[in-house]
Amino acid sequence: MIVRAERLTKKFLTATALDDISLTIKAGCLTALIGPDGAGKTTLMRLIAGLMMPTAGSIEVLGMPTAGNEQTIQSRISYMPQKFGLYEDLSIADNMNLYADLHAVDRSVRRERFERLLSMTGLTPFVDRLAGKLSGGMKQKLGLACTLVRSPELLLLDEPTVGVDPLSRRELWQIIKQLIADERLSVLVATAYMEEAERCEEVFVMNCGRVLMSGSPSTITAVARDRCYKLKTPAGVPTRILQSILFDDKKHVIDSVPEGEGVRFIAQRNVEREYFTARLGLTVERVEPRLEDGFMILLHAARSNATAPLVGLKQLSLRGDYRLSTEIDIEVRELVRRFGSFTAVDKTSFQVRRGEVFGLLGPNGAGKTTTFRMLCGLLPLTDGYLSVAGVNLRTARTLARLNIGYVAQKFSMYGNLTVVENLTFFGGVYGLSGRTLSERIAAVLDEFKLLDVKEHRAEDLPGGYKQRLSMAAALIHEPKILFLDEPTSGIDPLARRDFWRQITDLSSRGTTIIITTHFMEEAEYCDRMMIQDRGKLLVLGTPQEIRRRYGSSISTMNDLFISIVEGARAQ
Amino acid sequence: MFLRQLRFLIRKEFLTTLKDPKTRAILIVPVFVQSMIFGYVATYDLDQVPYALLDMDRSRASTEFVARLDGSTAFERVRTIMNATEIADCIDSGDAMLVVSIPQEFERELSSGRTATIQVITDGRNSMTASLASGYIGSIAGAFNSARNPRLNCVELRTVAWYNPNLVTRWNFLPTLVIMLSLVQVLMLGGLSVAREREQGTFDQLLVTPLSPTQILIGKAVVPMMIGLLQSSMVLLICRWWFEIPMAGGLLPMYATIFVFMLSCTGLGLSISAVSSSMQQVIVYCLVLIMPMVLLSGMATPVDNMPEALQTLTWANPMRFALDSVRRIYLEGAGISDVALNFAPMLAISALTLPIAGWLFRNNL
Amino acid sequence: MSFMRFYALTRKEFLQLIRDRSSLLIGAVLPLALILIIGYGISLDVKNISVAVVLEDASPDAQRVVNFLDGSEYYSPIYVTSMNDAVDLMRRRKIDAIIVVPPDFSQALNRRDAQLQLILYGVNTTTANAVKGYIESGVAAFNANFYAGHAPRGLVTIDSRIWFNDANSSTWYFIPGLIMLILTIIGIFLTALVMAREWERGTLESLFVTPVRVLEILLSKMIPYFVIAMFGLFLCLIAARYLYEVPLHGSLAALMLSSVLYLFVALGIGLVISSVTKSQFLAAQVALIVGFLPSVMLTGFLFDLHSVPTWVSAVGHALPATYYLELLKTIFLAGDDWRLIAKNCLVLATYAVLFISIALKVTRKRVG
Repeated sequence: MIVRAERLTKKFLTATALDDISLTIKAGCLTALIGPDGAGKTTLMRLIAGLMMPTAGSIEVLGMPTAGNEQTIQSRISYMPQKFGLYEDLSIADNMNLYADLHAVDRSVRRERFERLLSMTGLTPFVDRLAGKLSGGMKQKLGLACTLVRSPELLLLDEPTVGVDPLSRRELWQIIKQLIADERLSVLVATAYMEEAERCEEVFVMNCGRVLMSGSPSTITAVARDRCYKLKTPAGVPTRILQSILFDDKKHVIDSVPEGEGVRFIAQRNVEREYFTARLGLTVERVEPRLEDGFMILLHAARSNATAPLVGLKQLSLRGDYRLSTEIDIEVRELVRRFGSFTAVDKTSFQVRRGEVFGLLGPNGAGKTTTFRMLCGLLPLTDGYLSVAGVNLRTARTLARLNIGYVAQKFSMYGNLTVVENLTFFGGVYGLSGRTLSERIAAVLDEFKLLDVKEHRAEDLPGGYKQRLSMAAALIHEPKILFLDEPTSGIDPLARRDFWRQITDLSSRGTTIIITTHFMEEAEYCDRMMIQDRGKLLVLGTPQEIRRRYGSSISTMNDLFISIVEGARAQ
Repeated sequence: MFLRQLRFLIRKEFLTTLKDPKTRAILIVPVFVQSMIFGYVATYDLDQVPYALLDMDRSRASTEFVARLDGSTAFERVRTIMNATEIADCIDSGDAMLVVSIPQEFERELSSGRTATIQVITDGRNSMTASLASGYIGSIAGAFNSARNPRLNCVELRTVAWYNPNLVTRWNFLPTLVIMLSLVQVLMLGGLSVAREREQGTFDQLLVTPLSPTQILIGKAVVPMMIGLLQSSMVLLICRWWFEIPMAGGLLPMYATIFVFMLSCTGLGLSISAVSSSMQQVIVYCLVLIMPMVLLSGMATPVDNMPEALQTLTWANPMRFALDSVRRIYLEGAGISDVALNFAPMLAISALTLPIAGWLFRNNL
Repeated sequence: MSFMRFYALTRKEFLQLIRDRSSLLIGAVLPLALILIIGYGISLDVKNISVAVVLEDASPDAQRVVNFLDGSEYYSPIYVTSMNDAVDLMRRRKIDAIIVVPPDFSQALNRRDAQLQLILYGVNTTTANAVKGYIESGVAAFNANFYAGHAPRGLVTIDSRIWFNDANSSTWYFIPGLIMLILTIIGIFLTALVMAREWERGTLESLFVTPVRVLEILLSKMIPYFVIAMFGLFLCLIAARYLYEVPLHGSLAALMLSSVLYLFVALGIGLVISSVTKSQFLAAQVALIVGFLPSVMLTGFLFDLHSVPTWVSAVGHALPATYYLELLKTIFLAGDDWRLIAKNCLVLATYAVLFISIALKVTRKRVG
């Protein structure tokens, strides 16, 4: 027993982060905390690390209460916060050495340890590069490396893989597993990726400061037994349409996601397979449940508002005309961007049609964000041609930007303004005013479920709300084209479902959407997707086409992506 | 459309800057406290300067002379010493700023029609007060002489000082505080506004909106300038109603000067902002700029006293011209046409820095 | 306190310092620029003064009385014929004073009852006072000459000696102030900013969950800026000694002792500011308000604290910089006055202990 919490409560000025929870975490095993935003995962981590003191109740770590023993505990554990504080003007080696010195890692052990960590994280070629010059995934890996310069008695990882691409994520987990095997580490990890939680021995499902359920992944998976189904998408219909139709049927369906040319869903209790067969006229087959299914059922049971339907959605049907438009909204030919001698984007060409959902995938540092910034006119191109709604935004008149909406990777609303103030500002600069503006604000507040927080300061919002606010601001002027740079990183599964439902709705109304993501299964929502790596375009096509071309034997998009990128790198 | 977008932008700038009560307090309260305190500090007028007396004569004449010293509000006797060996201690310890030493035989020398010399020893560590004080004792001696010898002064000098009849330093100094405080504030606010948006990632979001660089520039300039104007007005009010310095000039030329000065400061601030990658750099650059600007403005010492080369350099210093204008408008009652020439360098700096800043917003990547 | 951790943190600070050129700017370029400006540019000695002389009486006596103006390298007379011309020159800021010799001057002089009128441009009080003094002494000399030994009841003259500043040069006077300013800026500003930056960027959260102690973090922040400040101090000392030949009457040891103590005070203040505000913007504002402006205005750098109301003087004497400046001036210009050194160093040491312990108290390993 390495952590024991007894009736632990943590209150902040306005909110209760942890509400009377009791739990024990076993030594020498891998434990996961999963839960939506505001569940209290980070607060629990900080309480364990002695960075906060409980409002009530007690918490013991390594057999001693944290109060009064903060320093002793902090000397014996390691903690990787959500945003690991790398010193950006220091090199990789400097950062690692700093932490090694702080932990008094002996020089003789250090070389071997560093070599191992660096090769495991794939950072060996970059040891002298400044941390600020690394891509998001590399920073995350360096953060983990710094945390692991020595073997702690307890390792706390707070969402260590947010914004990290599948390849790096796999590597990170290999490191963690190997350390557990070699050194009998006790690890507590908070994560938004269910397949990561599935690897753990014990899982705590948290919600609103309480523990909903705990146990082995299979115990939690068992909650969804006999309720999971899959059906195949009929030809000519995008998978996301079928997924949305099921998703909207809240009375009979708890959750639905696209998966390999079909849709997987969880039926509500006591709803039989025959209902779906009759309603959709499609063959429905039962599938084995996964941890995510159990998690979703638990969350839906705990949260009444999670099932609240989105408003203002257009009705969808399987019988619509879903052919891609012939009109081209974004045209990119032979696009090149160099930074000094480094080529970030190399001769990339693609087109995006009107109303299309276009996915841009690739490992960290592949050049996705650079491509985005060029499309939005934030960065000049070195060479090539691009046009967005007929113009190059960098040189076009400023009014041409009325056509686009942009959600940056990093939350970039004004933190000290309220939700409404942010929306009023963005609406105003996009030329709305008076009644039109207030109507639009009311509409997006409603659409993005922001009504109850409309007077809150943007920086105080939990992650999912922040993401919705960014979307609301980007859509306030009803742009024709929407750019989304990793909009779903760091937000919980529930919020991601709503997000994609709204994307489906936007595209059904003719909005062109271009999106990057690190959740590969989300690529299944797209009409077409492309994979970039090291500045080069690797593949471009519909998810089905790509699956067929690169091996139908590979089931998940995640594995498919890894095999494509690794295949290309091997050449 | 242009103005409508601008209105929203300016509203946002106000909200982001002033929403935090801590920031609001820090922009208003210190200005008030500083102008009050600095108003009292800024004086070269002698008031109760501590002195020590060494009267080795103790005659009627010496007593009469000492009475004149003690009768003046400029001096306050803090020690009376008996022996010349104690002089060093008075000065060294800082107890007295000066020691007045009246020699033996003082009265005898005088009554025999000769010249008697009083020694005044001043503490050079405060050279300003020291030289003023010994000058003042000189005039006390003059009055002493002419009282004893009627018609001594066959030429009498009648002095009047225009615009500041009693030559009060405060009159000269306080109006310049309007300029100094707003320089510091406007430069920093202008500089930090863009750097902060860059650090927080909101600047890109701003650049993808249909706002033109001109609009962003105006939006970014308005808030520092408004805050600067508010602070200047506070200082002006304190000058006029607390320290009761009569304002000879009109409000229009005064605010025109402040406005043009702030325009140039905003230009400088935004340019700094555009070339800085972090808020820390902005603050460092601002400091490195502010100190020489203040020193070379003529606030502490007149520009005319500087060597030629430095005087030329001050042409690039908007503060020099603003300072000159403000003093002349406030005390002398100068109108816009009197100080028109001062506007040119300030406008030139604005015309140079503002477009550069606007261009750098988009091209500094 | 572990030497290894302390060394690692200090090394990190130095690396960051070296990579950020702006710190170098403040440690080296700013002191140099200020030394040059203060040395060559700032002078309280009045120069290039033009005085309009309105000669309404053209007699030789009238010319003789203003003769002294011709002999000075600092003053140049401009002879005009009418008062209107003179007033016009004053308005155009071509002159700083007007001397009016009235039409009946020579007759009145014979009656020993002559008058001269001096009109000063009162806006620049420093200049006006200097002009006034200069012209008064010129007239006094004329009087004495005219009277030439007819004082039956004797005359008093003043023999003025300025101690500790033999050349009475404002450079000598300003150098101590400059040193104080540079240490203040580096100590308070830079330290406040670097620490606030760590809070703002969230780098402390991961650092906290290591064996590191708060004291080690704070000390490691102080060392590099201590070094930079010392570098700035040496630049000033070298300039003072070799460029301006300011004598150092006291001992270098006393100077260093007081500087080190003051620097600890400044660094302590900087750390307290950053730990309380936790934001770079606020830290900069607070540092400006409690650190920079008062040390210019309230320490006796520009204005003497002797002539201000008691309460203002009390505010000034609450500032550590005031004690440091007093020490510097004494050590530079007067020599080692051990009583003063002991007293002020004690005050500085108390402040240093106070601020550093406050910094230790308010910087806690806590987030959120």
